[in-house]
Amino acid sequence: MIVIVDYKMGNLGSITNIIKKVGYQSVVSSDVEVIKKATKLILPGVGSFDKAMQNLKELELIGALNEKVIIQKTPILGICLGMQLLGNYSEEGNVSGLGWIDAEIKKFQLKSFPELKVPHMGWNEVLIPNSHPLCENLPDPSRFYFVHSYHAVCKNQTNVLMKTHFGYDFDSAIHEDNIMGVQFHPEKSHKFGMQLIKNFIEKC
Amino acid sequence: MLKKRIIPCLDIKDGKTVKGVNFEGLIDAGSPVELAKRYADEGADELVFLDITATIEKRKTLADLVEVIAKEINIPFTVGGGINSLEEAATLILRGADKVSLNSSAVKRPELIQEIAGQFGSQCVVVAIDTKFTNGEWKVFVSGGRIETDLKTVDWAKKVEALGAGEILLTSMNSDGTKNGFEKSVLKEVIQVVNIPVIASGGAGSKEHFKEVFEETNVSAALAASVFHFGEISIPDLKMYLKMNNISIRTTL
Repeated sequence: MIVIVDYKMGNLGSITNIIKKVGYQSVVSSDVEVIKKATKLILPGVGSFDKAMQNLKELELIGALNEKVIIQKTPILGICLGMQLLGNYSEEGNVSGLGWIDAEIKKFQLKSFPELKVPHMGWNEVLIPNSHPLCENLPDPSRFYFVHSYHAVCKNQTNVLMKTHFGYDFDSAIHEDNIMGVQFHPEKSHKFGMQLIKNFIEKC
Repeated sequence: MLKKRIIPCLDIKDGKTVKGVNFEGLIDAGSPVELAKRYADEGADELVFLDITATIEKRKTLADLVEVIAKEINIPFTVGGGINSLEEAATLILRGADKVSLNSSAVKRPELIQEIAGQFGSQCVVVAIDTKFTNGEWKVFVSGGRIETDLKTVDWAKKVEALGAGEILLTSMNSDGTKNGFEKSVLKEVIQVVNIPVIASGGAGSKEHFKEVFEETNVSAALAASVFHFGEISIPDLKMYLKMNNISIRTTL
């Protein structure tokens, strides 16, 4: 069972829809008992970092997620803010992240690029330096849809799954073992987005 | 590198596409969903749906339509036309719209921008500005371009950014419908004073017009309606042409 974790941070309909489009069913839930039964987890999210962590705490989901992801090694895909939560902390807030991947979330520093506007919004190229089940059948580079002002910086290059250039190169997808996160929105990225979601469901 | 976006705009009335659409192979040419799917598959980077239905009871049709569109297409889309309150915007966003576009209602009550951005984030709020060059300056017009306001376009652009708009959709009424090209002067003026993406609109008649606007201004996207609907420009052709001219564009394989 694919469970989309609902922690009241944004509209989850488009993720349900794309999963349906690639031929699977999913459940949207904030219920610990449902999350416990998941075989795949998706952690979406749009909004602010601290609010997201606070909501996860208030819904008492952090313990259950740690159990599923760290102990049982259930594959999880973080999307956008959901990816950022996988890191240690964010310059956007004061609260610690889930800390599953050794990464910091930093604001775009684009002072030397006055022509670039923040948020980084629109379609950009995603480079895939190494093969990974999540990236199967995706061309290098692929194009995905982004909307964000903060980005991940991995301490170890081994955690970098994809890279994107916006003023400078940043880590647009990160991973560690069964934990994966993408900064872009696969659910809004047409063909390549469908392929990535299909890969997560079938190969990861 | 971030890609320049090509955005077809669909006018909707009572849940149907308004402008006669001249596409072969569509099951229902009046169906915005069919047309939207077609554009998404052809490589449109985003879509804008502009509802020109006036009456309140028809508004429900729009929300229902938004839900169907969200189910069928997986590229971002904006819905605009007569959104007057946070509640109306919230309904459309919760039914699946990625962004809402405000025009006259934002001029009437600028706090609306703040309210929507505060609840859903700036990336959800597009402010559409209809502008016309009159008496030596670019001014803001409302109510479908019928009423002139006291606002200077650059001042209004700065204000909407400060209130939390995430993007500006700038339509030059001098060029709209002329097919003589986008109005680059006002685009440049606005881009210079704001830090949010600006979408060019009004005047697209040829592929060259898209190339010019991307080469000569720092617009993030260009929007057009009839040239796409009547098949005068096909999106795959346009994108290939722009790519050959070294414009950073997303091509679909």
